[in-house]
Amino acid sequence: MALLEIHHLARSFDGVLAVDDISFDVADGEFVSIIGPNGAGKTTLFNLITGIDQPTHGEITFEGKSLVSLKADQFAGRGIARTFQHGRVFGNLSVLDNVLVGAHARRGASRPRNLVLELLAALLPLPAAREEERQLQREAEAIIAQFGERLTPRLHDPASSLSYANRRRVELARALALQPRLLLLDEPTAGMNLTETAELLEIIRRIKGRGLTILLIEHKLSLVMELSDRVIVMDNGQKIAEGVPEVVRNDPRVIEAYLGHKQHQRDIAQKAGQSS
Amino acid sequence: MEHFLHTAFDQTINGLVIGNIYALIAVGLAIIFGVGNLINFAHGSVYMIGAYVGWVCVTMLHLPLPLTFVIVALVCGLLGVLIERFGLRRLQNSARIAPLLATIGISFVLDELTQIIFSHDPQSFPNPLPADRIPIGGVTIGYIDILIAVIGIGGALLFFLFLRYTKLGWALRATAQDREAALQMGVDVNQVNQTAFALASILGGIAGVLVGMYFQTVYPTMSFEAGLKGFTANLIGGLGNIPGAVAGGLVLGLIESYGVAIFGSTYRNLFTYGILLLMLVLRPNGLFSSKRQLPPEPLTGTFIPNKRRIKLPPWLVISGAALALAFPLVVKDPYILQVLTNAWLFGLIALSITLVTGTAGQISLGQAGFVAIGAYACALLMLRLHVPFELALIAAGIIAAILGTLLVLPAFRLRAHYVAIATIGIGEIVSQIILNWRGLTNGALGLISIPPPSIFGIQIVLPRDVYWYTLVLLLIAALLQWRLSRSSLGRIWRALRDDEVAAQAYGIGLNRYKALAFASSAFIAGISGAFAAAMYSYINYQTFTNSISVLALTMAILGGMGNIVGAILGALALTILPELLRGSVDYRYFLYGLVLVLLIRFRPQGILGTD
Repeated sequence: MALLEIHHLARSFDGVLAVDDISFDVADGEFVSIIGPNGAGKTTLFNLITGIDQPTHGEITFEGKSLVSLKADQFAGRGIARTFQHGRVFGNLSVLDNVLVGAHARRGASRPRNLVLELLAALLPLPAAREEERQLQREAEAIIAQFGERLTPRLHDPASSLSYANRRRVELARALALQPRLLLLDEPTAGMNLTETAELLEIIRRIKGRGLTILLIEHKLSLVMELSDRVIVMDNGQKIAEGVPEVVRNDPRVIEAYLGHKQHQRDIAQKAGQSS
Repeated sequence: MEHFLHTAFDQTINGLVIGNIYALIAVGLAIIFGVGNLINFAHGSVYMIGAYVGWVCVTMLHLPLPLTFVIVALVCGLLGVLIERFGLRRLQNSARIAPLLATIGISFVLDELTQIIFSHDPQSFPNPLPADRIPIGGVTIGYIDILIAVIGIGGALLFFLFLRYTKLGWALRATAQDREAALQMGVDVNQVNQTAFALASILGGIAGVLVGMYFQTVYPTMSFEAGLKGFTANLIGGLGNIPGAVAGGLVLGLIESYGVAIFGSTYRNLFTYGILLLMLVLRPNGLFSSKRQLPPEPLTGTFIPNKRRIKLPPWLVISGAALALAFPLVVKDPYILQVLTNAWLFGLIALSITLVTGTAGQISLGQAGFVAIGAYACALLMLRLHVPFELALIAAGIIAAILGTLLVLPAFRLRAHYVAIATIGIGEIVSQIILNWRGLTNGALGLISIPPPSIFGIQIVLPRDVYWYTLVLLLIAALLQWRLSRSSLGRIWRALRDDEVAAQAYGIGLNRYKALAFASSAFIAGISGAFAAAMYSYINYQTFTNSISVLALTMAILGGMGNIVGAILGALALTILPELLRGSVDYRYFLYGLVLVLLIRFRPQGILGTD
């Protein structure tokens, strides 16, 4: 049984199918990338897998249990973490606090089930709760330290004061604080220059090395080819190709989806003209 | 049977006439919402001023009716232009709640100005039309009914033609559809905005005169109610939808009219606010729209500017508190001590707002509702069950927390300024329930002879002792709130405030943490109300009005949203400011309105900055 199984998933907005009958599996420890032109439905697919949006049709199971009827706030508890396409950090929270929010679902002693108790625990935390808070804080600092000099000096600065690239790093750190079973990354290198992209590639490679299952949406194909065990190509809401990076790269349907039909033909015509 | 039919006919005519007026107000609000994406709370004030201008023309200047309408249109149109130009234009790029709060400030200023000029008392507005009624079949219709119908339908028709066939009308529609694109195509968006305000204000002013003539009276406080009803009518038809606003106005007028006929006139507003809340929760896009609301982008809904907070050293805060505690040892003037006692009670309400609105990002404009629940709970426990004050005080806080949270619960799925509107409605509903639940609350008569505050069985009546009692309560509340704010719960609230979607993705349940925020907030507000009830010894359904909510919010903004010391300083400043400016005590709401408008324009982060 695969870790994540997606069966005939569909989502339509006013009759337009943003995700159109998609099925695929992700095995434990696998690194799968989803590529495709803008508007192909990749982010909608992510929103469906993380409960921000509900499918019109189809089934998603994680560790053998259905995710479809869960509320958006129950996914973290199942061990699913994500980053967002345009970066959604908590602007007025410090970098450290942002990462600590990521660990929210893992809290035990400092998060009683009972509403009134939770309020009292915040007013007068018991030793166990205080110890848990300290422990999570140490972990959060260790996660931030992985990003080296980029984030460590900004530990107590509000996230809104960070550069775009740094906000993306905070998002990744926040996701890692959940210690997820499945990590979904939505264009983590958008807005980053070459050096920054290379740095992030290293960090993602390290995370992958620890055996974490990762789903990645990314436009930078070099990154995709280097990291992925498997690539899924989407266009117009549909899965048009799937396979190991080398095979997908040369699939004519993929080239067509990216370059457009006419452009592709024109290229061919041009090449033919040159050779003659 | 015939009698019943006659009554039904009368109620229908009555409902349609009132509905026509609501429609005029709602159309104005719809134009402004459509063009500027703004809920204009000053609209009710423009309507009220229209009524007063009409009253002056008819009773003092003895002008003919057509000329009166022309003058009202001119004055109100100009007023609309001024509101847009000086109150709102600069706020176009602020958070969306900023212009909404500014219009509330403007409405305070306009209402209070009217009171200064024409006094608080209602003025009689003799109907200049013939008083006899025209018989039709077995029933009759008054001239005023016909006039309102003609102006309502005629106005809507003229407006439709304007939008359809004039260049400015085109520009208006283009701006309403896509502001950026209209700007790109060379539409002068500022001019369009100004036109929208002028037109809306003309319609509002004319509605005001018609209402004045219909009920034969004008009074300054007619503005708030009219604004909220116009908004409800607009919401029924879908915000910004002009034909929808007409339909919504008529529907609301009919529901009210039938409701009053069946249940009695004190239920009139309960219907409106109930519908307001139902619409917000069930169909926020109106009866005629099938689409669900789309979630807004992050960081746009809240009123939290990204400015650095000024950190006060702990010794300064502690010595400030010590100074306040020692104050009555030096100053013994009971008047000054009473003013400061008021400041501490308001400080509690400001604290409660800064928690729910500043820290948790849920804009509350209905805090007075929680205060009223606390006050009535405490008073009733003492009067009916003879519970000692200390116990009643705590119980009142808990009751306010539970009832308050339950009332706001349906609004948890709303965001940003919809939360603000819903909480206004909830505040009004509390006051209407108090008015109508006579068996429990003694209705409009209120509760009298509430025992004074006490501690360990000793009654606290001396101004000095009352001062200390309230100050200690305030300091305890501040300390508790500071603990909450620094805990992991405080962090969760801030995360929720900054981005609900991301917070949910990390396992933060919106309902749970909004409930905790509202419960904590309502507890503190309820304590303030409970103490006030015992201190005043008399309360009624109008003791805790909507203006208290707005004032406390202004205090919280003044101090810096989410800032605990700031809320107390804000309460202190706004309570003593009118006392310092001699003679302005009677006009303090004018001052408060002005402070709110200026704050939002020039220092939205407040004195100490947001936390």
